[in-house]
Amino acid sequence: MYSPKVLEHLDNPRNVGTMEDATSRGEATNPVCGDLLHLYLKIADGKITASSFQAQACPPCIAAASILTEMIHGVTIDEALLLKAIDVTQALESLPRNKEHCSVLAIDALKAALKSL
Amino acid sequence: MQTPPRKVYLDNSATTRVDPEVVQIILPYFTELYGNASSTHQWGQRAKQAMEEARHQVAQFINATATEIVFTSGGTEADNLAIKGIAEAHAGKGKHIITSQFEHPAVLNSCKHLESLGWNVTYLPVYREGIVRPADIETAITDETVLISVMHVNNELGTIQPIKQIGDLVKARRAAGHKHLHLHTDAVQSVGKIPVDVRDLGVDLLSLSGHKIHAPKGVGALFVRRGVRLQAQSHGGHHERDRRAGTESVPLVVALGKACELERLHLQEFITRVGNLRDGLEAEIITRIPNVSRNGDTECRVPHISNFNFDHCEGEGLMIALDLKGIAVSTGSACASGSIEPSHVLTAIGLDHENGRGTLRFSLGKETTQEELDYLIETLPVVVEKLRRISPKAGVRH
Repeated sequence: MYSPKVLEHLDNPRNVGTMEDATSRGEATNPVCGDLLHLYLKIADGKITASSFQAQACPPCIAAASILTEMIHGVTIDEALLLKAIDVTQALESLPRNKEHCSVLAIDALKAALKSL
Repeated sequence: MQTPPRKVYLDNSATTRVDPEVVQIILPYFTELYGNASSTHQWGQRAKQAMEEARHQVAQFINATATEIVFTSGGTEADNLAIKGIAEAHAGKGKHIITSQFEHPAVLNSCKHLESLGWNVTYLPVYREGIVRPADIETAITDETVLISVMHVNNELGTIQPIKQIGDLVKARRAAGHKHLHLHTDAVQSVGKIPVDVRDLGVDLLSLSGHKIHAPKGVGALFVRRGVRLQAQSHGGHHERDRRAGTESVPLVVALGKACELERLHLQEFITRVGNLRDGLEAEIITRIPNVSRNGDTECRVPHISNFNFDHCEGEGLMIALDLKGIAVSTGSACASGSIEPSHVLTAIGLDHENGRGTLRFSLGKETTQEELDYLIETLPVVVEKLRRISPKAGVRH
C-alpha cells in the first residue's frame, strides 16, 4: 500500500522536534481527519538552513513532513515558495490516491511558515 | 544484540491461519472424491456423505440438528440470507427490524437495503461499554417487528451481547401472540471463542464463518431453527433444502466441519490459556505505557480480543510501525478508514476522531504464545514513544 520510501521515513523520520531558535513556524491541519503538523524553519541570508517538524498524523503525513525537511534544506525562500504538493508526493515515490492530501498538508505548513516571515 | 526478524500475527479477528489438520483432511476432495453431492452415483454419494458429516459437526458445535444448518459462502452471505430471507418471507406481518449501531456491515447494509424498499429499521445504541441493553429492545419492539438482529460478539471490542436475555424476551413476546418475531445473531466472532448454544441463546438464526476458526475463506453457515420460514436469496437447484442454491463446495464444507470439531474439542483450553495470555498482555501494556485506556466493557467480553487507545498517537501509524517490526494488529482510526470518523464501532461507543485516533485491536489466536506477546510488549512501548515524540500534542499532557 505504501511505498518503501514512505515506510522508511515513518521508521526513521528526519528532523523531528521543536526548534528553540526558529526564525519562523508554520502550522497546518487537515479538517477532515484532524491531522496536525507543525513546521519550524531557521533562515539565514535568504536560505533555509535548518528545519524540523512535529506531527500527530497518519503515516504518509509524517513521511511527507519528514521528506519535506530534507527537500527544503539549503534552498532559498523563493525556491521554497515554488514547491508544490506533487513534488513531495514524487519525492515519496508515490502515495495512495486518498492520501495525496498528506503532501498538501506538508506544503501548507511550509507556506504558513514562509508567510509568517 | 540483534533482534532476529519476527513474525507475530495478532489479527485473528480479521482472519486465522488454516489448521494444517484441516488442510490435510480436505485435499482428497479436490482430486479423488470430487463428485457433485447432488449426483446419485458413488462419486456423488461419497461427496454427499462427507458433506453431511460436516453438517453434523457444525450442528454439534452449536447444539443444533444437522437439518438446521445451511452452508453458505461465509458470514456475509449467512447474514444476508438471514435478514433478507426473514424480511421477504414475513413482510406481510410487518416491516420493522431492530438491530444495533455497531453490527458488521453485512448486517447494517442488508438493513439499509431493506430501508430502501420501505422497511423501518431501529438502530439501537450500545453505550460506552459497547453492549446493547435488552430494555432498549423491549421499548423498540412493535407489533410490526419481524426481526431482531444483534451480533453475539462485537468484532472490534470483543464485548459479548446479552443474546440469551433478548432470546427470553422474544420467547415471551411469541408466547403472547407475536408469532412473526424472529431473533438472528451474527456469531462470526463468538463461535470457537466462547460456548455457543443456539437452544440456550434462544435464537432462530445464527451466522458463522469458517475463516475465523481456522477453516479457509469462502465458507460459512447459517443456522435456521426448524420451523422458521425463510425466503431463499439465490435461486437455482434444490440445494441446502431450497435455502441456498448452488453446488456445494465439498472441500470447503468438510473444512468447516473439521474446524468446528477441533474448536469444540479445544474450546475450554482456548478460553483459559488465551484468556490468561490476553490479561497478562493488558497488564503489561498498562504498566509500561502511560496514557492508555481500554475501549469497551472489560468484563463481559471474549478471551482473545483487546482494544486499546494510545493517547497522542494515530492508529495507522502504530499499526504500520508494528508491521515494520513484524507484528500484525488492526486499527479503527479515522485515517486508516480514510474518513473523518473512526470506525462505526468506535463511533457507536462515543469516540470521535480525536479520542478514537490511537486505537489498536490485538486479537490473539489458538497459536499465540507468551514468547510472541513478550516480543510485542518489548516493541510496543518503543513504537508508541517514537510516535509521541513526533506529536506536537504529546508534550502538553504527557
